[in-house]
Amino acid sequence: MTTPIVEVEGISKTFGKTVRALDNVSLEFQPGIIYGLLGPNGAGKTTLIRVLTTLLRPEAGRAMVAGVDVLADPKAARQKIGLAGQFAAVDGYLTGRENVQMVGRLYGLPMAEATARADEVLGRIGLADAADRQVKTYSGGMQRRLDLAASLVGRPEVLFLDEPTTGIDPRSRIDVWELISDLVDGGTTVLLTTQYLDEADQLADRIAVIDEGRLISEGTSDDLKETVGGAVIELSVPADRQDETMEALRRICQAEPLLHEVTREITVPAPDGARTLTEVVRALDAASITPDDIGLHKPSLDDVFLSLTGRPAEADAGDEAAANGSNQRRRRRRP
Amino acid sequence: MTTATAPSKPGRVAASLPQTARDIAVITQRNLLRNVRLPQLIILSTIQPIMFLLLFNYVFGGAIGGTLPEAAGGEYINWLIPGLLVQVAAFGAGQTALGLAEDLSKGVIDRFRSLPMARSAVLAGRTFSDLIRNGFVIGLMLVVGFVIGFRYQTSFAGLVAGLALAMVFSFAFSWIMATIGLIVKNPEAAQQAVFLPVFPLVFASSVFVPTQTMPSWLRAFADNQPVTVTVDALRGLILGDGALLPGNTVEGQVLLSLLYAGAILAVFVPLSVRVYRRTVN
Ligand SMILES: Nc1ncnc2c1ncn2[C@@H]1O[C@H](COP(=O)(O)OP(=O)(O)OP(=O)(O)O)[C@@H](O)[C@H]1O
Ligand SMILES: [Mg+2]
Repeated sequence: MTTPIVEVEGISKTFGKTVRALDNVSLEFQPGIIYGLLGPNGAGKTTLIRVLTTLLRPEAGRAMVAGVDVLADPKAARQKIGLAGQFAAVDGYLTGRENVQMVGRLYGLPMAEATARADEVLGRIGLADAADRQVKTYSGGMQRRLDLAASLVGRPEVLFLDEPTTGIDPRSRIDVWELISDLVDGGTTVLLTTQYLDEADQLADRIAVIDEGRLISEGTSDDLKETVGGAVIELSVPADRQDETMEALRRICQAEPLLHEVTREITVPAPDGARTLTEVVRALDAASITPDDIGLHKPSLDDVFLSLTGRPAEADAGDEAAANGSNQRRRRRRP
Repeated sequence: MTTATAPSKPGRVAASLPQTARDIAVITQRNLLRNVRLPQLIILSTIQPIMFLLLFNYVFGGAIGGTLPEAAGGEYINWLIPGLLVQVAAFGAGQTALGLAEDLSKGVIDRFRSLPMARSAVLAGRTFSDLIRNGFVIGLMLVVGFVIGFRYQTSFAGLVAGLALAMVFSFAFSWIMATIGLIVKNPEAAQQAVFLPVFPLVFASSVFVPTQTMPSWLRAFADNQPVTVTVDALRGLILGDGALLPGNTVEGQVLLSLLYAGAILAVFVPLSVRVYRRTVN
């Protein structure tokens, strides 16, 4: 194993006296991967990114990025990183190209190279046609993509992306995913935050789940799903048969089933997979309960979050996702 | 200009002087482009002082004209222009607070702070671009002044020296405003906050009227504060010794004004850089 490219040890950050934004967070990962930071609103994702990008000093802990101690030598760290923050930091009265060029020059590139790099990243991110327009004429999603372009211009070793696809339409979102994957193929390491479980699932090689400032789980998507068990039964039954069903599931699966408040869907780990499902179907049949819907799934990150925190992730993230009109979490889960 | 505090370690990249200069140039250019692309900004900020100039000249000119020192040549406009140049310098410097607060609230400063650029460049670039902008407004004021009758009474060199002094004052004031902008952070609040120091300094001064008629407690402040000192220095340079209070000399006022500017810079450059480095939005 090579040395980790990012190494976080015991980082704590409190705002004011009471808001514990980060509580003794430790994690590390290898170069050349996409590392996903997953958590609901207020979990501390942005705070951790701000610490790692030298914008915020924690009161305790240590952080190494690309071999540089971020807290002891922030200047050297800045040479190695790129940041696209949660909100686009672009100048409306400059053109797209001028925005990216300026960041390139501030990375120390000579004018000609900054221009060439700007054109390259703008083309890559699908903004070549808009490069000469003032950014105030860009849509919100275009501005976010421009912000992403600006973070790439210095060829950073480690790229920090705070919710890179929030506010981006579904098609462009796939483009951004592809771009991020390409970057990683080219040797860049990416740490990104997301509230979207499917995004972390599809994009990230490793995932850290944080909630209320604490790291509650860490590993590959499969590792995390293991924590829930091999498989999950998901079913819905008429409301008047709900209690009976829950009771039966408790007995058969030897675990507490979870009832989704809104959708009335019940999920429960199935220790023996298909065999457990068969048993459940028989039991329901014997009690003459006809499920509206029943199925066996590999656990998704929804289930992981649910089992780790005892509440669904989307209760927190739902408002924003709905407001965006896109990026809705799949209700039907992938097998 | 670099602000490295820890001793150099291996792998440490200290901002070299050429890099600092380049970063300042990049930021200055960015800020100036805003004035070019949003010309209404500079038009509006020019109209206001010109309106001041016209109103004060035609409304108060007649009433005040007779009480002026002879050096004014009997014309209020001659007395008013040096004062208004300094007033424009002071109000124009307020833009520094606004510009920084806007960058802070839009997250642009976060981006800058995550880049391997010279730490001082964001502030220096801002104060330089505001200096250039204020120079433009001051020049325009002077042109309008000439059109409505202003004439310097000493020499062209005296006029140029006076303009240069107004620019030095403007630059020093910009650094006070930079500190205010960084502390206040919010652009609307910054707009209000800049008036707090500027209004008393501009009105309790010799900008519009001689200080002789002010109550003695106010005069003690008015005669010695930086705006009056600078305005008097400009008047000495542009109108001659006769425009000064008895006992004051042109050289003395110019020196005092430069000392004020130097003292302001000595306090507020390091202070604002310090606040900038700690600013967390
Ligand atoms: N500058 C600040 N001052 C005070 N409290 C703050 C500050 N920044 C963050 N917090 C608090 O710290 C906690 C973590 O915030 P953070 O922005 O890191 O969350 P997040 O995971 O990025 O959330 P989101 O998904 O909404 O972006 C929140 O409770 C937030 O209110
Ligand atoms: Mg956030």
